[in-house]
Amino acid sequence: MPHTKLRRLVTISVAVTLGASALAACGSSDDGSDEDDGAGSGPVSLTYWAWAPGMDKVADIWNKGQGKKDRIQVTVKKQASGDTLITKILTAHKAKKAPDLVQAEYQALPTLVSNDALADIADDVDGVKDKFAEGVWQQTTLGSDAVYAIPQDSGPMMFYYRQDLFKKYGLDVPQTWEQFAETARALKKKSPGTDLTTFSANDSGLFAGLAQQAGAKWWTTEGDTWKVGIDDTASRKVADFWGGLVKEGAIDNQPMYTPAWNKALNTGKQIAWVSAVWAPGTLTTAAPDTKGKWAMTPLPQWSATENVTGSWGGSSTAVTTDSTHRSAAAKFATWLNTDPEALTALAKEGGIYPAATTAQTSDAFAEPPAYFSNQPDFYTRAAAIAKNTAPSAWGPNVNVAYTTFRDAFGSAAKNKSDFGGALKKMQDDTVADLEKQGFEVAE
Amino acid sequence: MSSLAVRKAAPAAGTTPGTAQGPPRRRRIALVPTVTLLIGAVYCLLPVAWVVIAATKSGSELFSTFTFLPGTGFTDNIKDLNAYRDGVYWKWMGNSALYAGLGALLSTAVSAFSGYALAIYRFRGRETVFNILLAGVLMPPVILAIPQYLLMAEADLTDSYASVLLPLILSPYGVYLARIYSAAAVPTDVVEAGRMDGASELRIFTRIALPMMVPGLVTVFLFQFVAVWNNFLLPYIMLSDDEKFPITLGLFTLLEQGSNTPALYTLVVTGALLAVVPLVALFLVVQRFWSLDLLSGAVKS
Repeated sequence: MPHTKLRRLVTISVAVTLGASALAACGSSDDGSDEDDGAGSGPVSLTYWAWAPGMDKVADIWNKGQGKKDRIQVTVKKQASGDTLITKILTAHKAKKAPDLVQAEYQALPTLVSNDALADIADDVDGVKDKFAEGVWQQTTLGSDAVYAIPQDSGPMMFYYRQDLFKKYGLDVPQTWEQFAETARALKKKSPGTDLTTFSANDSGLFAGLAQQAGAKWWTTEGDTWKVGIDDTASRKVADFWGGLVKEGAIDNQPMYTPAWNKALNTGKQIAWVSAVWAPGTLTTAAPDTKGKWAMTPLPQWSATENVTGSWGGSSTAVTTDSTHRSAAAKFATWLNTDPEALTALAKEGGIYPAATTAQTSDAFAEPPAYFSNQPDFYTRAAAIAKNTAPSAWGPNVNVAYTTFRDAFGSAAKNKSDFGGALKKMQDDTVADLEKQGFEVAE
Repeated sequence: MSSLAVRKAAPAAGTTPGTAQGPPRRRRIALVPTVTLLIGAVYCLLPVAWVVIAATKSGSELFSTFTFLPGTGFTDNIKDLNAYRDGVYWKWMGNSALYAGLGALLSTAVSAFSGYALAIYRFRGRETVFNILLAGVLMPPVILAIPQYLLMAEADLTDSYASVLLPLILSPYGVYLARIYSAAAVPTDVVEAGRMDGASELRIFTRIALPMMVPGLVTVFLFQFVAVWNNFLLPYIMLSDDEKFPITLGLFTLLEQGSNTPALYTLVVTGALLAVVPLVALFLVVQRFWSLDLLSGAVKS
């Protein structure tokens, strides 16, 4: 029992200070396992939970090349992605059975770190930082000196629209959100049955990304206390903007990723989509008949002089505290996400958009996705957009905020009611849950 | 025709109660129950029909053509499913069959033994054991999954076939059902007669009681089989190696591929359809054992 208590104390203090990398570093070097690592001192076998398709094939490249030399073999165990995987990792961690490596979405990292599930690998990843955009790397350090993961893929947000229908309805591509609203209204006037897009509450990542673009910082730390800024001015601006459009009926209020939504995209009933770099894959299945008719452009901005985007999706490779070969695991994670051969394979097999900046302009991305063959410079433009990704600020209970978002914004969108109230509820629920978990929260 | 028959039959039944048992009664159609049942049937069968029809659609047809219009991609879907990661789907199917088949068999055996013992023998604590079992029946297995995982982890058994099979073996509901059934189907007289003739307890159980309990045990087996086949949370927590996944988990990984990869809807729909086939087949085959009920009860004569 005292042991559990001690562990909880350690967990909480790690979580609260986050910057206390010294503590985490102590934890990682104390068990003496690192001595077994490295070349020539006995083979090491690692397990890796990942969901990206074809990850096993990428690991094979390592096992046959670099890994053979270093005597580090990696076995990929394919998982289903999402919040459920985090629960599974934490359950396994409780039994000290978590795999050596896990694929984790950026917003899940604080949850895993606050449960003491992720190891600080700062000592093993010298110089890796420079390979990533500042805003992306910062998500894996949680603003501290520690490094809890290596970025794998990123999801810079973009605006997708039907080029042919924009021409048909005489619409201009919006540069600012104000123009976006005007475009939506203009379209409604010309073709009442058609919507520019929809506001969907079934993927919280979209709204989080839009708020991030507006400058919102949802979770921040001040010393030992958390500050939740979900209901801050930037997020409120975004919520009011979309709430207003839904209320006046300028855009649709039906959720995305449903058969009806697919149909609306496929038949031109909805002619634009605020999405991220991975949209071509989704559009391929959702709107197969409109291939080659879409175009990608930067997200509308809040002011004409700005040029920032948010991110939606993206994941990283992390080493767990249950791993007895942390240095070896960190070595593989670094190779996987920075080596050109590995990144090319990841792009080819898993269809991921790499977080490493050099890979974004590599040969693997010379050709546009098949769905966007009409836009040959798709990936060049994407890389330029990705450079200006706003930093994000995730906290230890993103899942709670996301669940509240889906419920509160879902019903607000359905009833066309005030989005501000939904945002307030999201803030309150998140703060309440943090406090319940034993974190100190600033008012 | 039917409405006429009903109208005619109603006064007949009212005026001469007891005598109008012939043809008029057979023709009477109870409208409300029939309609209710029809609605129920449609409610249950419509999703099945959807799956059957959706499985015939190719990726581009799935969401764009009319819902109940059959598509043209059925063979391609099967081929794609077959080709997906070197046919891992069939591996999942085999795993499901193993978990459900072996798991249900073992749990039926345990249920038969313990149900029989609880019904036939009188011993101290019998009611306590039975009451604890009843409490177990009320406990949803879902909430036990995590404690079971932690136990398995202690024994170093996680991520193995045993980790999924072991927790399935003791099914409180199965024991409960077997007890009720053997109390009803195995007369104490028969057991006594067996003892008089010098048969050992084991022999009485295997040779006399077990055959009488078959219909009940078939029910237990089917319940368990379906429960395991559809089980999700337990294998989800226990297993991390997708070569050991049952079909439920496998299809889930096809759906949740991460945000940059679209869900493989056509594969999931086709996979779901094929996953139902063994269940339907099992029911059709095992169904006939239920009708043994009357025969096996007729021992006393």
